[in-house]
Amino acid sequence: MTPDPKYTKQKFKLVGTRPLRPDGLDKVTGRARYGADISAPGQLVGAILRSPHAHAKIIKIDTSKAEKLKGVKAIITSADLPDLTNGDRGMLDILENCMARGRALYDGHAVAAVAAIDAATAKKALQLIKVQYKKLPHVTDVDEAMADDAPLVQPHVRTRGGDSDKPSNIVSISTFGHGDVEAGFAKADVIIEKSFKTEQTHQGYIEPHACLASVGPDGQGELWVTTQGHFVFRNTCAALLGMEIAKLKVTSSEIGGGFGGKTHVWIEPVALALSRKANRPVKLVMSREDVFRASGPTSSTSVDVKIGAKKNGKITAAKATLRYHDGAFPGIWGMLGAMTSFACYNLENVQSIGYDVLVNRPKVAAYRAPSAPMAAFGIESVVDMLAAEIGMDAVDFRIKNAAKKGTRASYGPTYGPIGIGPTLEAVKNHPHMRAKLGKNQGRGMACGFWFNFGGQTCTDLNIGVDGTVNLAVGTVDVGGARASLSLIAAEELGIPYEQVKCNVADTTSLGHNDMTEGSRGTFSSGMATIFAARNAVEELKVRAARTWEIDVKHVEWADGQATAKGVMHSNLSPLTLTDLAKASPNTGGPIAGHSESVADGAGVSFASHICDIEVDPETGATKVLRYTVVQDAGMAIHPDYVEGQFQGAAAQGIGWALNEEYVYGADGRLQNPGFLDYRIPVCSDLPFIDTEILEIPNPNHPYGIRGVGETSIVPPLAAIGNAVSNAIGVRMDHVPMSPPRILKAIKEAAAAEQEVSAG
Amino acid sequence: MLEVQLSGSLRDAAGGAASIHINAATIRELFRKIVEQHPRMQASLDEGVAVSINGEIYRDDWAQMIPEGAEIFLLPRIPGG
Repeated sequence: MTPDPKYTKQKFKLVGTRPLRPDGLDKVTGRARYGADISAPGQLVGAILRSPHAHAKIIKIDTSKAEKLKGVKAIITSADLPDLTNGDRGMLDILENCMARGRALYDGHAVAAVAAIDAATAKKALQLIKVQYKKLPHVTDVDEAMADDAPLVQPHVRTRGGDSDKPSNIVSISTFGHGDVEAGFAKADVIIEKSFKTEQTHQGYIEPHACLASVGPDGQGELWVTTQGHFVFRNTCAALLGMEIAKLKVTSSEIGGGFGGKTHVWIEPVALALSRKANRPVKLVMSREDVFRASGPTSSTSVDVKIGAKKNGKITAAKATLRYHDGAFPGIWGMLGAMTSFACYNLENVQSIGYDVLVNRPKVAAYRAPSAPMAAFGIESVVDMLAAEIGMDAVDFRIKNAAKKGTRASYGPTYGPIGIGPTLEAVKNHPHMRAKLGKNQGRGMACGFWFNFGGQTCTDLNIGVDGTVNLAVGTVDVGGARASLSLIAAEELGIPYEQVKCNVADTTSLGHNDMTEGSRGTFSSGMATIFAARNAVEELKVRAARTWEIDVKHVEWADGQATAKGVMHSNLSPLTLTDLAKASPNTGGPIAGHSESVADGAGVSFASHICDIEVDPETGATKVLRYTVVQDAGMAIHPDYVEGQFQGAAAQGIGWALNEEYVYGADGRLQNPGFLDYRIPVCSDLPFIDTEILEIPNPNHPYGIRGVGETSIVPPLAAIGNAVSNAIGVRMDHVPMSPPRILKAIKEAAAAEQEVSAG
Repeated sequence: MLEVQLSGSLRDAAGGAASIHINAATIRELFRKIVEQHPRMQASLDEGVAVSINGEIYRDDWAQMIPEGAEIFLLPRIPGG
């Protein structure tokens, strides 16, 4: 049972300060151990054979020659991964994505795997596996996949929310909104309607997927893995392989980025199956090419937006139709785009329709505030266009229409206290908005929304006899959470930050913890840490009472020590946490605190960004001159890492907006699976990203925390789109706004102008 | 009696209804009665549904009490990145 999580306006001594992160030294010296940084005695090397076709029937897989190769210890295909999913189509999809079952559904789809004594032997074995394919028609474009005559990616799929029972690539049609949009448009003085496209991007985490799996003939196994959620990986792998959950121990390594891409299993069930067959540990590491071709990037999208407003700037109606591809397996990415699209605004008449569409590309995974950036690109672009048409400042226009407490969100519920208005006011008053711009330079701003959530969480806090404290959490630390959680434990116990050591525990040491996703790490484990520490404080008070031989009701805890209340106890000297820890063997044994809970009530999150861009009109090249992020954090536990999340999200959004793009050939094969041809921003591409943290407490967290990890990837596509459009005088409607695309837009606009002049 | 608002694919599972009326004091009771009235919604509940009670979204705590006359929205369970 979760104790009352309500916000209490607690005064802090440590929370809000900026101590050094406990994992910093290991990370800068190379001592930190990531997914590929561990080995086991007798370890084999795993390798995966992947489909060279976008869509093909697998006629036959002949492994006989590979099996005879010296040093090969195991080869598996889908035949070694029987369907144990008991009719759960979602789980079967996960299994089929890990290893093709009769058909290869995208370029890079795994078809077989090998475990051998070394990498060279494993590679040679892959070359000896002969796969007979029959190529099938493919489709990789989201709009083309919706056509009636498009090749079917998953013939069993019927459209949920549609009116046809025929097989279709359209997985679902999801409609959100309220009011009467047509009546609203009829009241508008100005209506802007425009279509937009965004290309597929990858999270671009620097560390590829990697794991070390070991399964014995007794059915017990271990998995060391880079993941955002080792408990979920354990449950998924155990279910797919028919193992008992308690007999599969999963340990999360340090993580070199995930951003949603490490919330899904890709190679882990394969490594476990290889290990089980070989009866040896198997290490499996994806190459960068594998990561691009066969892990989970985001959707490409095609979005239509229509917004109408009165001349006074009040929006009367808004509508969006959003088509997102899911890759080769059903997802809910279009639905999420529809839910998030108009969430920043207070609208009487609003409708958003999301289409989830199958294509022959890798299964789409979450990417930081999944689906929201693409929707925001279209909506925030049209909002800017509408403000300009009316002759109103773009920030004032947004402020006039911003959602607030009591607004019915476009996806349904009524908002409690929210931060969109304050972030917009902060933007309006920010010096960045008054800075002068030069030639070929433009400024843009945009706002964004993300849900955030909490979830299942379990935490232990153990006090050593020297008074130092081990905090064991089950949420993977993706962005400095161990520092924040140590601060929270120290705050509650009243001890120095340095006295706490926070560890991410393995799956045998704690109850289930959900993924570190949905900006939940510090929100949920922070809540659990508070309750575990308070649980420990109650035990510390009991130990003090025993030491003093008084009733515990006379003991109170403050500033890291127990004191006895009342005049009759005034001769008793306070007992510090260290005193009580040292005496603990004789007062009842070890002192610990524990918490298991469901952390609901995460509260929604908003951010507003400002961006200055310079465009070279000769080449279309862009330079980000200045970038400012304003976001509501609820309460910044460790401001350095809150700012780091803001900056990281903005940097990824900038890359997405300007350069990053999956390029597929006519053959349905990915043309640029590497960082040379898939261009993510590096330090020299970016200015220092300024941040402004707003703190509007979340009423559903004792400290007022809101998740901060995702929201700031939502505005950059649109903020940069608006900045580029203002710089060149041409509305950009296709992301990424790479130099060729900008140059094309400039030339087309010039040609159109010339035509008008000539005509 | 609660008016439970539906959106997205949940409407389809309820035969296209924008809302359904149910008498329930907790999320657990709400889910039980939803399936009794609309058996097709079992699949949606199995996939994961969140409940918004007066604007607060609950994904996992089925013991959560629902105040009389509360604004209730059923939402798809949302993944994050």
